Amino acid sequence: MTDGSSYQEAVAAGMLPSEESHRALLQSIVDVARAIFGAKASSIFLLDREADELVFEAVSGEGEGDLIGMRIASSTGIAGWVLVTGQPIVIDDLQQDPRFARAAAERTGYVPQGLMAVPLANGDTMLGVLQVLDRAKDRAFSLGEIDLLILFANQAAIGLDLLQTARRARAVAERGEGSEAVVARIAALLRNTEDEVAGLRLLEALETVLSRLAR
Amino acid sequence: MSDRLIPAWSLTAEAAGSIGIPAEWPDRITKDWAIGDATGEGVDVCILDSGVDGDHPFVGGLESAVAVTLEGEETVVGPDEIGDVCGHGTACAGIVRSLAPACRIHSVRVLGEGNTGSADLILGGLRYAIEQRFEVVNLSLSTTKRKFAELLHELADSAYFRGTVLVASAHNMPVESYPWRFSSVISVGSHEGTDSWEWYANPNPPVEFFARGIDLDVAWYGGSTLRATGNSFAAPHIAGLSALVLSKHPGLTPFQLKSVLYLTASNTGGNQ
Repeated sequence: MTDGSSYQEAVAAGMLPSEESHRALLQSIVDVARAIFGAKASSIFLLDREADELVFEAVSGEGEGDLIGMRIASSTGIAGWVLVTGQPIVIDDLQQDPRFARAAAERTGYVPQGLMAVPLANGDTMLGVLQVLDRAKDRAFSLGEIDLLILFANQAAIGLDLLQTARRARAVAERGEGSEAVVARIAALLRNTEDEVAGLRLLEALETVLSRLAR
Repeated sequence: MSDRLIPAWSLTAEAAGSIGIPAEWPDRITKDWAIGDATGEGVDVCILDSGVDGDHPFVGGLESAVAVTLEGEETVVGPDEIGDVCGHGTACAGIVRSLAPACRIHSVRVLGEGNTGSADLILGGLRYAIEQRFEVVNLSLSTTKRKFAELLHELADSAYFRGTVLVASAHNMPVESYPWRFSSVISVGSHEGTDSWEWYANPNPPVEFFARGIDLDVAWYGGSTLRATGNSFAAPHIAGLSALVLSKHPGLTPFQLKSVLYLTASNTGGNQ
């Protein structure tokens, strides 16, 4: 909590949109993914680096509301393969995969027929996996569909990256004990107070007093 | 040459006549010359992936199966007691078998130990495959971790000079990833056709070839079959074709093999 970057992160945390705003962004991403492909469901897995597990971070459609927070292995199964190898994959007739079908049935009671899965990466860091389940079958499958999924995955990756950065920053602000954390908490209070102008004036006055003292 | 102390970085006049390389090349390289009546017999193909279910009817048996694991910071290669942890490796093995029915298939499992350390496992598995001198290694995977790029590059070059062909699926994500971008490997993307015996040379690398990668019926975990799409299924097509070429023309170097694949591609006039 003494270096400049911690200070900046702490202050930034106070100014960041809330966890709910980020969740809304990810939810919007899976909602739109579902709409683009006419799919029954879409979900985003986030890689929890400490636990080395994939966590359901957003779900649209089948399983919505039940799956958030559920964890799966990070290098086995289809999502694990996509994460480790960095390769997108499209699979149909999923109910033929006995392990996948069993796990899916246990989680949601819903066994999809088809799945598109694409890694979410920020630079050289893998963040998670985006899945689209049971896309509409009324159009022929083409390479263009994978391209579209990949384009969309980039957007999801940016959302996921923002979410993770915000969480780290908030952790700095909430757990910190130094002056940076105090400033961050004041910044957060200011952001959430209705009378923001009055709060800012108070801070400016405080800064004036402190700078005079420092002379 | 034997009394020279320096490595073979140069060629003396007297030695020039003694390094003849026997080669019988036809006037025109055709598909029939390259793979006609070939079965892949005698060629070892390695599937570096999630493991392979050797009992799957599409795979028809494995020559060997090992798993790469982490012990501390070291990678260790031992017998694979688990098998396929995803289904994908079995799919790739089935594709290779469908093209080269008599080749010997080896599985090197590099998944299943978590995402952390997965790039180490890929490196360890690739090192093992090169040491085994498998003629063809299918790599339907890539890593975006830059710190592994240099090590992967060294391994890919060493495979190239030792006569091991690395066939790697190209990434269609807008991120830098390896090893498919290296010129010492054969990189493969998907074409939109449904013919497993059709491949194209790409005039605009780094992706060098396009093979079938869409709507394939593939072998999967637990004896099942699925319909699958992805560049990761295009690579084993070229791996299987490579096994065919090498079974008919043993001893071709990776450079020569790549040239044969180029000359026999559907868009270079060699499709006969």
